[in-house]
Amino acid sequence: MLQEESDLSLIIAQIVQKLKGSNLYSQLERQAWASLQRPEIKLESLKEDIKEFFKISGWEKKLQNAVYSELSVFPLPSHPAAPPEHLKEPLVYMRKAQGSWEKRILKSLNSMCTELSIPLARKRPVGEQKELLNKWNEMGTDEPDLSLFRPVYAPKDFLEVLINLRNPNYENGDSLSFRTHLGLIQVPLKVKDIPELKECFVELGLNIGQLGIDDSTQVPPELFENEHVRIGQKEQDSAAAQQYIRQGSPTALRAELWALILNISSQPEDVLYYEQLKTNVIQHDLLVDSLIYKDVKLTASNDDYYFVFEDYLYQVLLCFSRDTSVLSHFAFNSASPPKSYIRGKLGLEEYAVFYPPNGVIPFHGFSMYVAPLCFLYHEPSKLYQIFREMYVRFFFRLHSISSHPSGIVSLCLLFETLLQTYLPQLFYHLREIGAQPLRISFKWMVRAFSGYLATDQLLLLWDRILGYNSLEILAVLAAAVFAFRAVNLMEVTSLAAAEAVLADLSTLKVMPLLQIFLFATVT
Amino acid sequence: MSRVLVPCHVKGSVALQLQEITFKNYYTAFLSIRVRQYTSAHTPAKWVTCLRDYCLMPDPHSEEGAQEYVSLFKHQMLCDMARISELRLILRQPSPLWLSFTVEELQIYQQGPKSPSVTFPKWLSHPVPCEQPALLREGLPDPSRVSSEVQQMWALTEMIRASHTSARIGRFDVDGCYDLNLLSYT
Repeated sequence: MLQEESDLSLIIAQIVQKLKGSNLYSQLERQAWASLQRPEIKLESLKEDIKEFFKISGWEKKLQNAVYSELSVFPLPSHPAAPPEHLKEPLVYMRKAQGSWEKRILKSLNSMCTELSIPLARKRPVGEQKELLNKWNEMGTDEPDLSLFRPVYAPKDFLEVLINLRNPNYENGDSLSFRTHLGLIQVPLKVKDIPELKECFVELGLNIGQLGIDDSTQVPPELFENEHVRIGQKEQDSAAAQQYIRQGSPTALRAELWALILNISSQPEDVLYYEQLKTNVIQHDLLVDSLIYKDVKLTASNDDYYFVFEDYLYQVLLCFSRDTSVLSHFAFNSASPPKSYIRGKLGLEEYAVFYPPNGVIPFHGFSMYVAPLCFLYHEPSKLYQIFREMYVRFFFRLHSISSHPSGIVSLCLLFETLLQTYLPQLFYHLREIGAQPLRISFKWMVRAFSGYLATDQLLLLWDRILGYNSLEILAVLAAAVFAFRAVNLMEVTSLAAAEAVLADLSTLKVMPLLQIFLFATVT
Repeated sequence: MSRVLVPCHVKGSVALQLQEITFKNYYTAFLSIRVRQYTSAHTPAKWVTCLRDYCLMPDPHSEEGAQEYVSLFKHQMLCDMARISELRLILRQPSPLWLSFTVEELQIYQQGPKSPSVTFPKWLSHPVPCEQPALLREGLPDPSRVSSEVQQMWALTEMIRASHTSARIGRFDVDGCYDLNLLSYT
């Protein structure tokens, strides 16, 4: 009716406005002008003829993919009376909590700055710029003294903040009653239960072929794998590719499929943009760079699978910090970019800037978001684009406080609720010995299991994140892992022992665990 | 389930022609609206329900929809919204988990006044039947076709001129300088 029609026209107007600034728009314009030479384009039916031309030449498909990409990323337009903060996060107390958490991070960064007497940003002298340009491809060989730097925060600090999150309008009585949450998260967000998850993840069902299960050596490939690969090879449509990848992606096709779903095509303009970011890195040295170096050295370089990609990680993350296009995602992220002023111009709005330029302060483990992508993409500018798109679609939700169903708070609550409902004995036992399950699984979910699973399994998991456009599968997998090791966990008597049982996930096969937990567990 | 009547009584001195009600929810699960309309002289006006148990929170125990902005329109109401003298909002929250519940930033919009009727001059409302134009010589294009083509091209140029891009430029520094103070907390 009236309301839906006006909503639809608002969405259309927003998407058109967004696409007008993109490369695709100028390309379509150029194609349209060039097509005027063609004999089949007549002036009196100009509009229809050009539309027909676009359809035949494949440009319409590219436009469709771009529109689908916008619909997936941007939330629906909100009520006209709602202020912009409401789009970032509708619940006021969560906005406040995110604000206080950010203030703590800023204070920590500022104190690091003053203690070490290192400026937040400085322009590199020409000699240093030349030196960095020469060793751009081997920054890993550099051994700067990073002993004085410490990460701004680690996942466990963030967990403490989430544990203390309270809704002031909620009955947080001291006495234990039916309204007390037995887990660590005490906010009553809506999370799905197993019947709803079964509906949501229907393609993971027992009678549907999966890569990760039905491509194992015991299963003859004619049953599922061959046909699945054949379908994947001729896919050109983002929406169809997203549906396809719910059953997993063949290794050979994964890089292209992910690029199709994220609507990334490496145009010369994109390579140029990446080169521009590289120039920015060379010209200015940021304090955040040292944090990135430290993080890579502490995490990815120590990992058996990822240490070979160390140089790529610097090339991506340093450029990521300079990319101002990332700022646009803060419209729907509950976090806000830190602000600063040019020296000597405190308080003057014309001299206000964001720091770092992309507004994202990396934390301990941040580089693990990039590392698995290095297996798929070897060209730095494409690797960079894929990572940036993955970040503004998914990863930012894992380290900001929000009520979004894919936000880390909802994932934690989903994990605890699933465990409590379907493994009540295990949950009760772990709670009694002081080993709240979330304390163990939180680090897995914050990193989207990167660095904990074997890489082929991790990529199968991330296939499903892309396919379902949601991070809920991380919470389901975490609960499935606990279910799998339940027998051992029932015998432990301390948090340390529970951690030891769950320390090594590298032998786990992700898809069978998910299938069993969702579809084959007797409730 | 508690039936708490939150006193929200809107009394107008002038008959209201309701178009839209907008508000921000605060943990109300269900909303009902009753109106009392102006009637002819001496019959006492009755309360009529125009919205019954409209769901604002799909799950009253969880946060979904708890702080959303909501608009309700004339066409969603069960009765005619003309000539309203009193309006009553009835808020329900069956869950005992919340300490309080209400609606905030309540705004009621009336129907705008109809635009005054304008009398057109006679020659606009009764156009003279057009005369047949003299036949042009052969070889010249049909003037109506030419004019439609020209109109289309003009429309295209207008669209191109009107559109402007919202793309960012990408600079993060101010005139080449990125020498910063400490981060600010405001």
